[in-house]
Amino acid sequence: MKIIIRGTLATLGLGIALGVSAGPVEDQAAFQKYYESRFPNTPTADFANGVYSILPEAREQWESIEEFPPYEIAIENGEKLYHSKFANGKSLADCFGPEGAVRGQYPLWDKDRGMVVTMERAVNECREANGEKPYGWKKGKIADVTAYMSYNSRGQEVKVDIPSNDPRALAAYEDGKEHFYTKRGQLNFACADCHMLTAGNLYRADTTSPAFGHATSWPVFRSKWQSMGTLHRRFAGCHNNIRANPYKAQGAEYSNLEYFVTYMSNGLDFNGPAARK
Amino acid sequence: MKKELLTALLASALMSPLAIADAVKQGKEIAWSRKKGNCLTCHMMDGGQQTGNSGPPLMSMKARYPDKAALREQIWDPTKRNPLTNMPPFGRNKILTEAEIDQVVEYLYSL
Repeated sequence: MKIIIRGTLATLGLGIALGVSAGPVEDQAAFQKYYESRFPNTPTADFANGVYSILPEAREQWESIEEFPPYEIAIENGEKLYHSKFANGKSLADCFGPEGAVRGQYPLWDKDRGMVVTMERAVNECREANGEKPYGWKKGKIADVTAYMSYNSRGQEVKVDIPSNDPRALAAYEDGKEHFYTKRGQLNFACADCHMLTAGNLYRADTTSPAFGHATSWPVFRSKWQSMGTLHRRFAGCHNNIRANPYKAQGAEYSNLEYFVTYMSNGLDFNGPAARK
Repeated sequence: MKKELLTALLASALMSPLAIADAVKQGKEIAWSRKKGNCLTCHMMDGGQQTGNSGPPLMSMKARYPDKAALREQIWDPTKRNPLTNMPPFGRNKILTEAEIDQVVEYLYSL
């Protein structure tokens, strides 16, 4: 049985300990500073490389994997899907331009609907608006298409915006933040437990990655999956690991979490797709 | 909870050497099992390979916890002592049964 347990005490404790109760701008500065002082040998921009930014002994192997990247086929498939015509003669290029180089615009706050829109959601909404069925959310075609789009967007800066004139945007951010710091599941872990407080520690033979940079490199070819997956696929996997009920991919919970986590990485560059263990 | 603890303590006080040896053996299986205690994920212990380092090494447990009940309590719900701890509350969240926790305590006390 899986149990959801909310560790409000822990959330508050961490918030106070890190002095992150003021607002998104202050949160972000404190968040990034935390990792920069924990890992002084990592140049800030390098946090976009996940665990390899803090693990020199694994980096060489990872770099050799990236020379013949396992996500290359996904980019090629994605390119075909991106340019293939819908029944109405249009294609994704009519929504996102000739190369789909729009990664830097997402996740974005949709003022009209009062919700976070991820790039995956935007892709499926474009399909639906053109009378096509949406792709599944976690792997397969959605990962291929976004691999192509992310590849063409490499180097775009992460600059998530939380419009100050819309309190619902701040509420979505706060929801994602609470999610990140709240203990949950039968094993009672918060994202922050492994990826902030003990980032870089060993769990069995695996080193946990810093959350700073977590959202830059998606979709990812993960060795454990032997396939491509989206960020929300990974969120669900993490929740399974801690024996919590995963939320629905692209539901408000994961979209708000993505909003928070990506905002925390503002200033880094998008560098997806990537290979990860 | 208090009653359970008392029962457990009484049980262990009354255990024959043979019963203790058996509990130690079963406790080790539970502690090492990935589906049960999975202690090695965070703790270096008892010659285990590829252990994690998020928790302290488990050794000299008798000296570190002269009060056996305190050791049991730490496994049952470590968040009481430290709300931010990464250690799962094995009793409170029913990850292990009360009997399994008793066996793990016997095993740890042998380290």
